[in-house]
Amino acid sequence: MNTKTSQTDPRFKIAHREARLGVGLAIFNFIWWFGFAYGLGSRPVEDYTYIFGLPDWFFYSCVVGFLLMSALVIVVTKYFLTEVSFDEEVEK
Amino acid sequence: MNIDVILPLVFFLVLIFAIGLISSKRMAPGKSFLSDYFLGGRELGGFVLAMTMVATYGSASSFLGGPGTAYTVGFGWILLAMAQVVTGYFVLLILGKKFAILARRYNAVTMIDFLKARYNSPAVAILSAIAIIVFLFSAMTAQWVGGARLIESLTGLQYTTALFIFAVSVLVYVVIGGFRAVAVTDAVQGAIMVIGTLVLLIGVIIAGGGVPAIMQDLLNENPRLVTPFGADGSLSAAYVSSFWILVGVGVVALPQMAVRAMSYKNSRSMHRALVIGTIVTGFIMLNMHLIGIFARPVMPGIEIGDKVIPLVALEVLPAWLAGIVLAAPMAAIMSTVDSLLLLVSSAIVKDVYINFIRPDAEERRIKIVSFGVTAILGIIVFLLALKPPELLIFLNLFSFGGLEAAFIWPVVLGLYWKYGNKYGAIASMITGMLSYIGLHFYNQAFGNLFGVHTVTFPILLSFIAYVVFSLTVKREVYRF
Repeated sequence: MNTKTSQTDPRFKIAHREARLGVGLAIFNFIWWFGFAYGLGSRPVEDYTYIFGLPDWFFYSCVVGFLLMSALVIVVTKYFLTEVSFDEEVEK
Repeated sequence: MNIDVILPLVFFLVLIFAIGLISSKRMAPGKSFLSDYFLGGRELGGFVLAMTMVATYGSASSFLGGPGTAYTVGFGWILLAMAQVVTGYFVLLILGKKFAILARRYNAVTMIDFLKARYNSPAVAILSAIAIIVFLFSAMTAQWVGGARLIESLTGLQYTTALFIFAVSVLVYVVIGGFRAVAVTDAVQGAIMVIGTLVLLIGVIIAGGGVPAIMQDLLNENPRLVTPFGADGSLSAAYVSSFWILVGVGVVALPQMAVRAMSYKNSRSMHRALVIGTIVTGFIMLNMHLIGIFARPVMPGIEIGDKVIPLVALEVLPAWLAGIVLAAPMAAIMSTVDSLLLLVSSAIVKDVYINFIRPDAEERRIKIVSFGVTAILGIIVFLLALKPPELLIFLNLFSFGGLEAAFIWPVVLGLYWKYGNKYGAIASMITGMLSYIGLHFYNQAFGNLFGVHTVTFPILLSFIAYVVFSLTVKREVYRF
């Protein structure tokens, strides 16, 4: 099994790129979530505004954040992920 | 005791039962029993895969403990819970294709198989088996307590009787059906979870007189309930953020998730699972915890957090509908329990019994041992759950953190870092587990170190241990 290296298996290159995409998405997700939650949520409660009845910091951080991440994941999956076979014989 | 509530629940149990039986019949003859029983023959499609991940991960804590805490703490706790949206895509993208390819190449059926092949070391396998057996036991116990509590609060039966009913139904279909039964029933349970969440949310909002009215009630009671900092102001940004490690990215290292990343059929099902998993996880987490908070003005004064969801469902919905909706947490608990049960028994059968005790065991024998071990484990957990511990969610989180500290670097760096070797892996697992347990008791006694969740530092320490030991003991490039 040591005859193959990560250099000769092109699928691993794809896999590595997709793992980096995952890290990138997670970092973006965290910044969005944290920024709105504590950026808006740290004000005094009397200054909160409400969107659909929910506090603004929560609406942007959790509700919009979740919808945005879902959209991003759909885009990434559709346009940036490559289909490869998981079985061994296809390697050349 | 309300027959209208119980009937739908019983119907649900029977349905799950039937699915387990049918799945077991479908076990393909000729294929390896092990890969079939513990992995469903690696042929999960996108929808089933996504649902089994969500259902396995979304456990008693997301349906009972989590919303219960949100009820007490307020919006800060939902913020914390939403850290879990990341798991939906992160686990599949990180383990992703490389893990699936290597798992097939190594012919791995469990996460331990993968680690053993990657590091070529029995010591790694033994340590992993110990970690899995110890930590998953506490996770399972927590889940069983949750299941029994739920049945208890619905039927008015004694806790012991409730636990017994729960135990028997889970055991029968896991023992008979194996992983495929678990995955397929997870898909059904996942669907019930989504629908149940939505129905209950609508019910609570109507009962509370609309979202703005509920919000006003919360503000009147305690304005801190609608801030990110919690009802008593104790949730700090550092603490809440550190949950990104525990319930977000760290989930990559949980054996029950890793094993699912081995079971997909092809890359298309993995892609589909990514999308469905992210959406479903976020949807359930957001809505379930909102229900917890919205329940506060509707039903003030509930003492035991775990009972918030069952009680509020009974309060705001017609009885028959409450029965259907409450099948959702039931589903969540059952689907977590069954996976854990299967995982611990695979650790014992595959990684201990076949590796070290009887490498030459024939198929028939393995079968009998697998069924037997699964059943015995179930009985042991039942006995442990008889005397339930106080706070479900923290027991559950204890086990998550321990597993993550033990496995995250051996798995992730084992996949992506060519210098990673067995010395690093062993050092990392020992460091992770011991520092986690140590810090857990330190934090209990003196408050959280630097105000972050216990899991943070053990993960850091085990990273250092992995890198240092890999490079210093024997620096060698690993060829995949």
